[in-house]
Amino acid sequence: MSVQDVLVVAEVQRDALADVALELLSAARSITAATGGEVVALVLSADGARYAGRLAAADRVVLIDDPQLAAYAPGPYLAAIEEIVAAERPRAVLIGATSIGWDLAPMLAARLKAPMVAGATAIEVSNGELVVTSSFCGAKMLAEVGVAASPAVLMVLPGSFRPAAETGKGAVQSRTLSKPVDPGPIRFEQFILPQAGDVDITQQDILVAVGRGIQQKENVELAEQLAGVLGGAVCASRPVVDQGWLPATRQVGKSGMTVKPKLYLALGISGAPEHQEGMKGSDLIIAVNTDPNAPIFDFAHYGAEVDAVELLPALVEAVQAGG
Amino acid sequence: MNIVVVIRQVPDLIEPLEVDSSGTSLDLGSASFIVNESDDHALEQAILLKESHGAKVTVVALDFGEVDNTLYAAAAKGADRIVKVPLDGDPPHPPAAAAMLAEAIKPLGADLVLAGVQAHNELEGVLAPLLASELGLPYVGVIRGVKPGANGGTVVVCKEFPGAVMAQLSVRLPAVLGILGAEQAPRYVPVSRIRAAMKSTQFEEQAVAAPAAEPLVSIRRLYPPAPAARAEMLAGSETEVAARIAAILREKGLVK
Repeated sequence: MSVQDVLVVAEVQRDALADVALELLSAARSITAATGGEVVALVLSADGARYAGRLAAADRVVLIDDPQLAAYAPGPYLAAIEEIVAAERPRAVLIGATSIGWDLAPMLAARLKAPMVAGATAIEVSNGELVVTSSFCGAKMLAEVGVAASPAVLMVLPGSFRPAAETGKGAVQSRTLSKPVDPGPIRFEQFILPQAGDVDITQQDILVAVGRGIQQKENVELAEQLAGVLGGAVCASRPVVDQGWLPATRQVGKSGMTVKPKLYLALGISGAPEHQEGMKGSDLIIAVNTDPNAPIFDFAHYGAEVDAVELLPALVEAVQAGG
Repeated sequence: MNIVVVIRQVPDLIEPLEVDSSGTSLDLGSASFIVNESDDHALEQAILLKESHGAKVTVVALDFGEVDNTLYAAAAKGADRIVKVPLDGDPPHPPAAAAMLAEAIKPLGADLVLAGVQAHNELEGVLAPLLASELGLPYVGVIRGVKPGANGGTVVVCKEFPGAVMAQLSVRLPAVLGILGAEQAPRYVPVSRIRAAMKSTQFEEQAVAAPAAEPLVSIRRLYPPAPAARAEMLAGSETEVAARIAAILREKGLVK
């Protein structure tokens, strides 16, 4: 172990390694390439050996197997990470900005009285200091943040680094914690899966996506009409689901579905990183938003600065008119 | 149940954001402010719990920007008590804000503290879990829905995961929850009720000392992102844009 090591929390969600884990390995390698030290992946689960193979880009894979870690609860996860950090004394701890990461990264920083940076999209080393580029204000602003103290707790935005493919030593080490895992005051009870019967937006070739700019529930019907004409389905960004205008099964983004349709027509969606994460793989992205500075125009193929609600009936008519 | 809700003001992203002359901070003087969206959901969740199971709801906020308007709206929605924490200058970074809010919240004897799971301008930490740490309470966030547990002294929460999957967790109180969304959208309150609340609501002030500790990170510069690529923009009226989009879809074979 070395004070230049970088620890990656390789998250397991519902018996699957989270994709962001491989991205974190790349991010960690970008640090150790400059500072020396090893990339160490940490897997917390009931049976970590089955995930170790995919983490071969790490120099070491540390497994902590415990029935209390089979499903996420903050107390046991935090205690386990804290013990490994105390043993490894890494330069940095990288955690994905996921449902779990949003709990663990700030709580770990607080426990360790360590510096933390949220929304990390790039990491460099300058004169021994970590320099983290961080996206905030809905991707409308970037910050260059210097972090001198160790360990730095960095919460990394998914999609910011290419997934690691190269092979390191990947030595697997099973560890046991110094004391039995205490379940603590917050306990996992069960997963609640989405109700079957709604449209599966992950299987659609054409998606008409509505965001805050759709303005009111009644206008979702306009989007449904367009989706019907195009032979697709309607999906949404989080604010629309928060309003109860569409069910959670239609939500695209970090906490919703990941979709890769042939057409993603984004109406009144700003394109915050959390939404982008769920639709950036679409073949063709056409974005409509009245805000010329909406981040979605930075990654859409086509864009238009018009009112989505005004556009919808005109687009239905134009498509029906045929060539 | 004694519920405390934390409410913050954040810059409205509809307006352009400016960087101040230091190059390391947002120019808050040129920004307009709105209530942090997930804090608004936290308040709604608290009011729903009050309506369904009985609770006292206290809102705590740092006194900055146009927070009074937000707090009067909170009172109109059903908050029982409003506590403002005076600020000297701009809002502090999340670790310092957490320390200040914790000092104000400790005397309130909360069973449950609800705060938005995030604010879009958080960079050096995340308020809700840092607040839990300052209060010495357990924390779980990304919560969409809170109900009292079968046993007294607990709540049952739903934590959101990708794929519209929820994890149901039991939380022993007292605790802090980071709310992503309430069980229903934040309610609309008519202006007339807000005006009535302005006449009837007395804000309390709870002065606390600003933390002396220096920030653990240094912001070297802020800047708007330069796009790596830019969409090909379709100009014209809605009708003209519609015709262009329909033509593109035909070219790509996506419609006949």
